[in-house]
Amino acid sequence: MEMKVTQAPSVPMEWRRRKAKKHLSEKVIESMIKIGGFSSIIFIIAILFFILKEAFPFLIGAFDFKEFFSSTEWNPASVVKIKYGTLAILVGTIMVTALSMLIAVPLGIACAFFISEFCSPKLRETYKILIEFLAAIPSVVWGFIAIMMINPMIIELFNVPIGLNILNASLILALMSLPLIVSVGEDALRAVPESYREAAEAMGATKWEVATRVLLPAAKNGLMAAALLGVGRALGETMAVLMATGHAIQIPESVFEPGRTLTATIAAELGESPKGGEHYQALFAIGLMLFIISFIVNFSADYLIRGRRK
Amino acid sequence: MFNPSLQLIKKEIRQKNFENILSTVTFFLFLPALVIIFMLFLKGYPALSWNFLTQDPIHGMTAGGIFPTIVGTFWLVIISVLVSCPLGVTAAIYLSEYATDNKMNRLIRLAILNLAGVPSIVHALFGLGAFVLFLKMGTSILAASFTLAVMNLPVIITSTLESLQAVPMSYREASWNVGASKLQTIRHIVLPNSIPGILTGVVFAVGRSAGETAAILFTGVAFYLPFLPQTVFDQCMSLSMHLFTISTQVVGVPDSYPFATALVLIMLILSVNSIAVGLRYYFRTRRKW
Repeated sequence: MEMKVTQAPSVPMEWRRRKAKKHLSEKVIESMIKIGGFSSIIFIIAILFFILKEAFPFLIGAFDFKEFFSSTEWNPASVVKIKYGTLAILVGTIMVTALSMLIAVPLGIACAFFISEFCSPKLRETYKILIEFLAAIPSVVWGFIAIMMINPMIIELFNVPIGLNILNASLILALMSLPLIVSVGEDALRAVPESYREAAEAMGATKWEVATRVLLPAAKNGLMAAALLGVGRALGETMAVLMATGHAIQIPESVFEPGRTLTATIAAELGESPKGGEHYQALFAIGLMLFIISFIVNFSADYLIRGRRK
Repeated sequence: MFNPSLQLIKKEIRQKNFENILSTVTFFLFLPALVIIFMLFLKGYPALSWNFLTQDPIHGMTAGGIFPTIVGTFWLVIISVLVSCPLGVTAAIYLSEYATDNKMNRLIRLAILNLAGVPSIVHALFGLGAFVLFLKMGTSILAASFTLAVMNLPVIITSTLESLQAVPMSYREASWNVGASKLQTIRHIVLPNSIPGILTGVVFAVGRSAGETAAILFTGVAFYLPFLPQTVFDQCMSLSMHLFTISTQVVGVPDSYPFATALVLIMLILSVNSIAVGLRYYFRTRRKW
């Protein structure tokens, strides 16, 4: 009897002890999970830090704000007169991005409307898989297509001497950013409550009227975010653009002239510039500019999407 | 009987026209991509042979095979997934199961979104600054894989998060009610039920890193190497980089050679993606909720 009395409380004691022990190991694992959770913030800060670190000597040294943004001369390796003007490259980047979005945004949003509103479920599944496949084609393959297929096509169709130009790069970028625009646009349309459509249809609206008068205003922010993400994608694209634009430093006067983009400049020149040199640092400064632009674009897209959810 | 007025009929016709236009637009958007893949197949297929896949490039990369590039791509992809997978899954677990503080949570999501949007060449600059120079890895497979891992992190986090949140709340509540702790619930209930979604995301990430070129450009990939990499501190060749090199940098390459290389790369990526799509489909039909 006495033994039982002394033993009985030891069971909960043991349980509590075990539990306390487990609690400790759980705490360790949970703090590791927490660190993992913060990893993306750590990486974003690290990216900014390391790019700033490499670009810093240039930014306080040879960097001249006026020259950097208003000169068309990019002559970092010149013996006589070194110039770091990105204006021509900036204009090239903007032209390529704008033209590709002019093609991809209207088409992509029309496509999103079709897939979300007018498609049979089976066809929708097929298109979605197709979109995934399209999105999976790597940029270097797109660049290869630009050189091998679109280049001769442009020469033949428009009777111009070179097919590697702004138009070529814009077409490739449009094809590349379509999957993103379509899938984000479709998500935005799907997010409009079914009751909106039902209410409009009950009032006698045709599907066309539902699409243009109800869905378009309701999903406006999401569709704008889709377009913005497309812009981000087009701005950041490197290999395909490097291969398709012709990579010439000049302000293109028409879409049939070659140009150059910020991303392609880094990709083409970083390998040749001596590590730690001024040219090398200037390329990191361009990288910093790209990082800031992409941050602004993504931040606004996120803001638009969040705004809609509230 | 109900007779539709002229106006209604007109409306009906306009509606049909509208639908037809949209469906044609959609169809023609996807047509070029299909044509392109078909053309790649048509022009690359003649040069494709067992020797092409198993031999080294010779004569200044104008002939021979692509064996070392395939080996290099495998090294890069496997190591990058080994790094990004655990990190991405823990990040998603934190966001889905632990994060309560809304402001912090929002900041993390914003960081993920931005990480996904950072241009690949900026990732390359980061890899060069952080892994190659600061951590002194040198231009090596390790540095290139780490760069790819950082790039793939948002892909893995988003897909894992989605599948974790798809596990019904009642599963967790049932587990808590029988006395399991939060961690036990995650390990025994939440994770097993979301493995399919996680796996799909990882496979997509594999496909993405196999084709990536810009991010590995300065961190660990060589134009040409006469030997296979022995350790992770060696440089390697990669399929994507090889395609870039032989189609822009080397003169005198016969046309069929880069076409065949592009075809191998595309087939590799499309088959990896098909596995992901198949997995998703298979698990969706067997889902318990």
